[in-house]
Amino acid sequence: MSLALTEDIEDIKERNKGLIEEVLEAYPEKTAKRRAKHLGTFEDGKPDCGVKSNVKSIPGVMTIRGCAYAGSKGVVWGPIKDMVHISHGPVGCGQYSWAARRNYYIGTTGIDSFVTMQFTSDFQEKDIVFGGDKKLAKVMDEIQELFPLNKGITVQSECPIGLIGDDIEAVSKAKSKQYGGKTIVPVRCEGFRGVSQSLGHHIANDAVRDWVFDKQDGKPARFESTPYDVAIIGDYNIGGDAWSSRILLEQMGLRVIAQWSGDGSIAELEATPKAKLNVLHCYRSMNYISRHMEEKYGIPWVEYNFFGPGKIAESLRKIASHFDDRIKEGAERVIASYQPMVDQVIARYRSRLEGKKVMLFVGGLRPRHVIGAYEDLGMDVVGTGYEFGHNDDYQRTTHYIKDGTLIYDDVSGYEFEKFVEKVQPDLVGSGIKEKYIFQKMGVPFRQMHSWDYSGPYHGYDGFAIFARDMDMAINAPVWNLTKESLP
Amino acid sequence: MPQSAEHILDHVDLFRQPEYKEMLENKRTNFENPVADAEVGRVRDWTKTWEYREKNFSREALTVNPAKACQPLGAVFAAVGFEGTLPFVHGSQGCVAYYRSHFSRHFKEPASCVSSSMTEDAAVFGGLKNLVDGLANSYSLYKPKMISVSTTCMAEVIGDDLNAFIKSAKDEGSVPRDFDVPYAHTPAFVGSHVTGYDNVLKGILEHFWDGKSGTERPLERQAGDKINFIGGFDGYTVGNLREIKRIFDVMGVDYTILSDNSDVWDTPADGEFRMYDGGTTLEDTANALHAKATISMQQFCTEKTADYIAGKGQEVVSFNHPVGVAATDKFIRELARLTGKPIPDSIKKERGRLIDAIADSSAHIHGKRFAVYGDPDLTLGLAGFLMELGAEPVHVLATNGGKTWEAKMEELFASSPFGKNCHAYAGKDLWHMRSLLFTEPVDFVIGNTYGKYLERDTGTPLIRIGFPIFDRHHHHRYPVWGYQGGLNVLVWILDRIFEALDAHTNVAAKTDYSYDIIR
Repeated sequence: MSLALTEDIEDIKERNKGLIEEVLEAYPEKTAKRRAKHLGTFEDGKPDCGVKSNVKSIPGVMTIRGCAYAGSKGVVWGPIKDMVHISHGPVGCGQYSWAARRNYYIGTTGIDSFVTMQFTSDFQEKDIVFGGDKKLAKVMDEIQELFPLNKGITVQSECPIGLIGDDIEAVSKAKSKQYGGKTIVPVRCEGFRGVSQSLGHHIANDAVRDWVFDKQDGKPARFESTPYDVAIIGDYNIGGDAWSSRILLEQMGLRVIAQWSGDGSIAELEATPKAKLNVLHCYRSMNYISRHMEEKYGIPWVEYNFFGPGKIAESLRKIASHFDDRIKEGAERVIASYQPMVDQVIARYRSRLEGKKVMLFVGGLRPRHVIGAYEDLGMDVVGTGYEFGHNDDYQRTTHYIKDGTLIYDDVSGYEFEKFVEKVQPDLVGSGIKEKYIFQKMGVPFRQMHSWDYSGPYHGYDGFAIFARDMDMAINAPVWNLTKESLP
Repeated sequence: MPQSAEHILDHVDLFRQPEYKEMLENKRTNFENPVADAEVGRVRDWTKTWEYREKNFSREALTVNPAKACQPLGAVFAAVGFEGTLPFVHGSQGCVAYYRSHFSRHFKEPASCVSSSMTEDAAVFGGLKNLVDGLANSYSLYKPKMISVSTTCMAEVIGDDLNAFIKSAKDEGSVPRDFDVPYAHTPAFVGSHVTGYDNVLKGILEHFWDGKSGTERPLERQAGDKINFIGGFDGYTVGNLREIKRIFDVMGVDYTILSDNSDVWDTPADGEFRMYDGGTTLEDTANALHAKATISMQQFCTEKTADYIAGKGQEVVSFNHPVGVAATDKFIRELARLTGKPIPDSIKKERGRLIDAIADSSAHIHGKRFAVYGDPDLTLGLAGFLMELGAEPVHVLATNGGKTWEAKMEELFASSPFGKNCHAYAGKDLWHMRSLLFTEPVDFVIGNTYGKYLERDTGTPLIRIGFPIFDRHHHHRYPVWGYQGGLNVLVWILDRIFEALDAHTNVAAKTDYSYDIIR
C-alpha cells in the first residue's frame, strides 16, 4: 500500500515507523542501532527533525556522500574562475570532478579562466616515497609560465598529501614570495578528513580567511563603495543560478560586488569585506566565512531562498529589510513585476502537478530550500534528507516540512531504494548515482545537484524552468511504458 | 523580461537576452578586475605558436587535462563483470562516489559499489575495523555472491594488508568462511585505470585458481577446448561483448567471457532495479583455468593477467582493441586457429559488407588527417583502421601509454604509407594535444567527451570515440569490434565528415555551390 494514497497523518507516521523498522532489519545488529538514529519521522512542533547527523558514514552500506576534497575543490574553490586549482596528488580525484558540476562562468578558458580544466600533479609512486613538495613547486612554476594570466593558484590536497607529511604551506609561501606576492592558497582538504564534503567546505572557507582576506587587510577597494553593496555567498552558479539571482538583487536597487563562488573571481573574494550585507544561499557550505566576516568586519549576513516565488518574495523582503525605503520599494516592485509571469507559469503547470508526492535526498541547502518551489506548484514533499547536513540544517528544515515527513540522514543505497519502493512517490529528486536506480523502477526522477543539465532554478526566471522540468519528468509518456509488459 | 510561461528559456538562451548580457558585462567591468581584451588576445595567440608548444612539451611536473583515470576505477569496472559481485573499495569514501558518478554519466546506468569509508582514525590506526565492519554490512544488505576488494591511494599509503584483513574479517564472521572475497591492491599513484582492471581481474582469477588465499587446494588445470575471452577496460563493453558473443555463437565456439559487464551496464527499465545482472558465473570463472586458450582484446589492459594465465599453461593471444577489416581478420583467424572451427560464410559475408561500405565511402576519408587520443589499445585499433581507410593518424596520444606502446605505434605507422608522417605521444595530455592541433593542424580529432574543449579552441571537429562519453547518449550500446563494429566506427567518422562539409558550405550566395544533396 502506498503512503501517497494515505491522508491520515497518524497512519503515515505509523507506516513510516514500520518502514524504518523494516529497513533496519536488513542490517547487522550493531549497524542497525547506529542507523536507527539517522532515520525518523518529523513531529510537528519539535525543534529539529529528530535525527542524528554529521557523523561518520558506516563502512560498506553504500553511502551517497563524498569527501573533503569534493567539498573544497568541487564546491567552494573550483568555480573561482581566474585562479588555477591544482588537484594535488594522484590523477583520479581531479579527473572524476573535471567540469562535472556545471559552475557556469564567462571567460576564455585556458587563457584567463580555468574552471573546466583539470590541473593535477599526477602523483607517481616516487612522489609518495620521496614526498611531493619539489614537484608541487615545479608545477607552480610551469603554471606561471604556461598560464601567465592566472590570478592565483590553490592547492587542493588529495588523501596522500596529509599522510606523507608534505609541507604545502611552505611551498605556497615560498612561491608566493617568488612571484611578487601572488595569491597561492594551500588547502588541507584531504579526502579522509571529516565525515563528508562538509569539512571540506569549512577548510576551504578557512583558507579564504587565512590566505586571501588576511593579505588584503587595509587595502582599499577597487571601486567606490555605495550603501547598497552586497555579496552573494553560497551560490555556485550551477546552470547559471547565481545570474538569475543577481538580476533580482540588482533590479531591486542593490549592487552585487561579489559572487561566491560561481562565476567568481579573486578580485571579488578580496572585495567582499567591503560589502554592507552578505546574502547567504547555501548556509551549509559558507556559513563559516559569513560568520567570520561578521565578527571581523562587522558585516551582517542574511540567509535567503530563491527557489519558487513564495520563498523568493519572502527573501527579497527579508534582504530589503536591511536597507532603506528605496530598496524596500525596489523589492516590492520586483515582486510585482514578475507576478504575471509567475501566475502564468503556475496556471500552466499546477494542474498537471497538483498533489504529486516528492522524495528528496540532496546536499547543502536543497533538502529544505526546494520544498517551497514544489509547494508553489501544488506538490508535496513527503520525505527528505541531507547527504552531509548538520543539526542546524535539520533545525532549519522544520520551517519547511510538514508533520509526518519521513527523514533520512546520510541515507544508504539500500534504505533509499526501500523507502521509495514503499512510499511510491511521483518524483524523486537526488543525484546522478541515484537517478538510474529509480528510473529503472519506473519512478520519475530529476537530478537536484546538477538540475539534470538544465537550469537555472534560482530566481523567478529559474522557477519557470523548474516548473517545466518537473512537469516533463513526471508526465513523460515513457513512465506509462515502464509499467506495461508484453502478454 | 525575457521569461514567459509560453516560451520558457533555459540556460541555453536565457543568458543571451539583453538584460543578462548587460548585467554580466557590468559584473566583469566593475568587479572582476579583468585582464584587458587585447592582452587576452595576445596570450591566446601566443598559445597557438611553436614557441608555446616547445614550452608546453618541456613540462616535467604539471599535467593538464589528462586522458586517463586512476587504478581504482578500472578495478570497479572489472569487478562488476562477475555474477552477483559487489565491488568493495577499501579507503576514503569520496573515491567511490566519484567512480559511481563517472560510470553512471557514461553508461546512463546505476553503478553499485561500496566503500569502507576510512577517515582520520583509520589513517592513524589502519583500516582493519572499517574492512571488517564494511564486509559484514555489505554482505547483509546487498546479498552479493562475491565481494571484490580493491584499494584507494589512502589505504595503499598507510600500507593496509588486504589479505590479512580479509582473513580477520572472516575470523570475526563478517562473511562466511567459504564466501568469495578476492582482492587486489590498486594504488592510484601507479599506472592508470587499465592497470586497475588488470590487477583486479588477475586477483579474481588467482583467488579461484590458486586455492582461495590458502583456504582450499589450488585447482589443477585439465586442458579443455573452451576459449576464455577478456575485453579489457572498454567504454563500448555493452555493444562489444554482445557482438563477440554473437560471433562466437555463429562460429560455434565454446567460450567464457571473463568479466562480462555487458548486462549490468545495460539493464532494462521495466519497474525493477537490478543491482546485479548477468556477469561471468563464479563456476565459469574457476573453470576458466581449464580453457584451451585465452584471448585478450586489449594487451595493455591485461599485461599481468595475460602472464599469469600463460603461466598456467594456456596459450594467450592478445590484440590491441582491433577495429576494421585487417584487425578483425587477424582476430577471426586466430579464433579459427585456436578452436579449429571453420570461418562460417555468414562471417565472410559480414566482412565483405564492411569492405563494400569502405569502398562506397573511402573517397571522403582518403588523405584526411586525424588526431587520435585515448587508452593505449584503443588508439592502436583506431590508428590501424584509419590507415586502412586511407587516412593519416598524424598525432596519436595516450596519456597512459608508455615506451612499449609508443614503439608499437611507431611500428604500426611504419607498416603503411599512410603512417609516414605520423607520431605517437606517450604520457602526454590534452594540453599537449592542443599545441599539436594548433601547430600541425589536422582535419578531425577522435577522442572522448573532453575533446570538445579541443574542438572549441582549435576548430578541429571532434569524433567522439573513447571513454568517457558524457555528452552523447547510447553509443556504448553499439559494438566497435567485429566487422559490424567496424561499420559503426566507419559511419561515425563519415557522419562527422559530412556534417563538417555541410557546415562549411552552407552560406547562402557565398559557399552554397558545394552544399550538395548527394555525397
